Amino acid sequence: MELLAQQLITGIATGGIYACMALAVVMIYQAIHHLNFAQGEMAMFSTFIAWQMLAWGVPYWLVIPLTVAISFVGGVAIERLVIRPLGDAPVLSHIVVFIGLFAILNSLAGFIWDFTIKPFPSPFGEGSQLGGLISNHQIGMIAVTMTVLVMLFAFFQYTRVGLGMRAAAENPESARLVGIRVGWMIALGWGMAAAIGSIAGILIAPIVFLEPNMMLSILLYGFAGAVLGGLTSPTGAVFGGFMVGIIENLAGTYIPVIGGELKLPIALVLIVTVLVFKPTGLFGRTVVQRV
Amino acid sequence: MSMLLEVTGLHASYGDFRVLHGLDFSVEKGGISTLLGANGAGKTTTLRALCGMIKRSGSIRFDGKDIGGKATEDIVRLGVAHVPEGRGTFTGLTTEENLQCGAMTRSSSAEIARDLEQAYHWFPRLRERRNQQAGTLSGGEQQMLAIARALMLRPRLMLLDEPSFGLAPLIVQEMFSILRKVNQEQDVAMLIVEQNAGVVLELADNAFVLETGDIVMSGTAAEIRDNETIRAAYLGY
Amino acid sequence: MSIDTTTAGTAGEKQAAASQTVLPAPAAATSNVKIMRAAGIALLVIGLAAPFMAGNFLIFQLTMMLIYAIAILGLNILTGINGQFSLGHGAFYAVGAYTAAILMDQFGVGYLWTLPAAGMVCFIVGFLFGLPALRLEGVYLALATFALAVVTPQLFKLSPFEHWTSGVMGIVIAKPDAPFGLPLNPDQWLYFVTLAVGLLAYVCARNLVGSRTGRALMAVRDNPIAARSMGVNTALFKSLAFGVSALYTGVAGALGAIVVQYISPDSFHFALSVALVVGLVVGGVGWLPGALFGGAFIMFVPNIAEELSKGLSGAVYGVIMILMMYAVPTGLGGLLKAALGALSKRSMNR
Repeated sequence: MELLAQQLITGIATGGIYACMALAVVMIYQAIHHLNFAQGEMAMFSTFIAWQMLAWGVPYWLVIPLTVAISFVGGVAIERLVIRPLGDAPVLSHIVVFIGLFAILNSLAGFIWDFTIKPFPSPFGEGSQLGGLISNHQIGMIAVTMTVLVMLFAFFQYTRVGLGMRAAAENPESARLVGIRVGWMIALGWGMAAAIGSIAGILIAPIVFLEPNMMLSILLYGFAGAVLGGLTSPTGAVFGGFMVGIIENLAGTYIPVIGGELKLPIALVLIVTVLVFKPTGLFGRTVVQRV
Repeated sequence: MSMLLEVTGLHASYGDFRVLHGLDFSVEKGGISTLLGANGAGKTTTLRALCGMIKRSGSIRFDGKDIGGKATEDIVRLGVAHVPEGRGTFTGLTTEENLQCGAMTRSSSAEIARDLEQAYHWFPRLRERRNQQAGTLSGGEQQMLAIARALMLRPRLMLLDEPSFGLAPLIVQEMFSILRKVNQEQDVAMLIVEQNAGVVLELADNAFVLETGDIVMSGTAAEIRDNETIRAAYLGY
Repeated sequence: MSIDTTTAGTAGEKQAAASQTVLPAPAAATSNVKIMRAAGIALLVIGLAAPFMAGNFLIFQLTMMLIYAIAILGLNILTGINGQFSLGHGAFYAVGAYTAAILMDQFGVGYLWTLPAAGMVCFIVGFLFGLPALRLEGVYLALATFALAVVTPQLFKLSPFEHWTSGVMGIVIAKPDAPFGLPLNPDQWLYFVTLAVGLLAYVCARNLVGSRTGRALMAVRDNPIAARSMGVNTALFKSLAFGVSALYTGVAGALGAIVVQYISPDSFHFALSVALVVGLVVGGVGWLPGALFGGAFIMFVPNIAEELSKGLSGAVYGVIMILMMYAVPTGLGGLLKAALGALSKRSMNR
């Protein structure tokens, strides 16, 4: 029983991270109808920036907002400078550009900070509560991700800019017709996605350790969560992320013998299964295809 | 007679394909003009060209200012509201959110709240459905919503693309009487594109008849309405 | 213009459409064909002579270049001709490689026989993967194949299969000698084997594209709904495309295993799938000869990038890829078509 509780908690904690990545991916997908395959590398790079600031002695409580701010600016810059010039280029061109970004960020990180695995301190300390059932860091992970997700929800539902972003994502042409600057809404989306990614990176680094390749599988889980929830639904993506976290941990623990090794392939099976049987995910909406 | 919108030699194309071949038309301040013609004449293209949604050339002057090179969002911010073909409602947002989108470029929340009330006053059915997803509204209601949303911009000029399309005659009458009221009470000029010439000629001051990218006839609405030959040849009634 | 029978896929449609508005001029067309043929023959001659002029390491690199070209050719059949994306072709390469390695290591099968075996196995695997992929379009398919690529190394580490795959330790393969006492060293011999396989692969691909099957594949690419309404069994053709594509890439993988002499799960990292897509786009989606240039790009440009800036080669590589998408999105194939088009127009105006 205690094992189940522990695994559930771990699942929810890591699920929160996957939910953040899923949300970031869906936000950009809603804006430009392309999947940002470089989302993980952007988060990884942000985490390295945070690590560097910590190494320079900047206090933790300052590092996090600084990293988030820098990541936001970085996301906007990437959208304006790299993505926007592509315009209506075909899907394959976009994919190649995202992969190019992936390569650049991965290589830059390795060049600046090298490929050795580095420990990353948790802002919540090393201890645990409830007799070892849940670690301080896990509490922190769940608390931070929940806060971020609630704040984002409030932003989209109750603020003007949030409404503008939703409108621009849903129907860019109509959005222009009410004066919304769709281009800037997209850039804002990228900035926010980058910021969310940076938080996810900082939260997961203490667990998986910091190195340039740390986010690839996390991104995959994020994609799985986004697909499960539905690429057109931010709330769905969040739900999907948590689900993937729980499934991954429970399957890894309870499927005999190869459970641990199968964690990553489960994501693949999940993605393919959902896409084949219910491509719009649990919460998404169907799009009719015209000849 | 001061012109709010003055268009001379408007050309427009989709890629390399020329659709409009040099149109001249205008809308008076506070007046209503209509652009008539059959399917494929280029009516929708004209409105899209005015809003900068497609490649165009020629002189387009709005309130004396040349808007021929401006982006859609900037033209809108000058006071032009376009109710597009197909309504363009944000189907995933609620009715009220749609209306709030219309007020996106305005700053005074008190005035916006007042205009929201005014919108519900003109279109009581929208008030009933204010928290409903706009995609679940009927065709007529979505058209009302699209017009109400355009009005939230407090525009000087409204462009309407086939507002009667797919709507029952009774609803069309209702809608046009609201448009007349809006025009008279709020001094909003309108350029209405329609296939349904009969209804709109009752409302408009001036009419222009479009045929495959050229204006073949223009005059006051009364002249066009009373001219049997034109009606038979171009308007089909 | 009759340079080739394929119109470029998604990326080059506009160019193709534009070139089709020019009336076909037979004289200009045959001169283009002549230029292409001459270039092809010149390349072949160079290809045959190269192993006698280059050192062993360069021969090895050229062999890898040809292997990647074959793999990219497979990917081109799927993406360029049939319009289905794959970010996961590294998986089929890996299956081919492991098939060859296991057959040679555990069952003592001769290396040349492992090639058709790998091809068959990969055809089946590809066809089977093509079945669920039937329901996926565009970005969804990209995502599913991305997942496949990321997961591939893990699949070969799974303990139930360790008996065959040797798990993380990988499999070592002995390098075959040239047969019949030919005066070739093993590297040269393998180069010629690869060259022969590559030429055969290219000829088969050309024939496939020009055949009725090829036209069906392209119809499915251009307008699947319309194709279906005209009686084309889109499901069958799409799965077939996956199968054939996987076959090509699998054979390439088998060759790769033999040439490199060692494979392990981490040889088939996500980066391999990425490289294949990059090679495809650089060569020109839908232009079969582009596979050779794609192979050359992914073989040699990282080395050049390494020269330019040690440690930042990945970044240089990425920058080049992005710049290419802005400047030459239709790849080398598109560039050549445009250049030849301009040349033929000029010759028409004389």
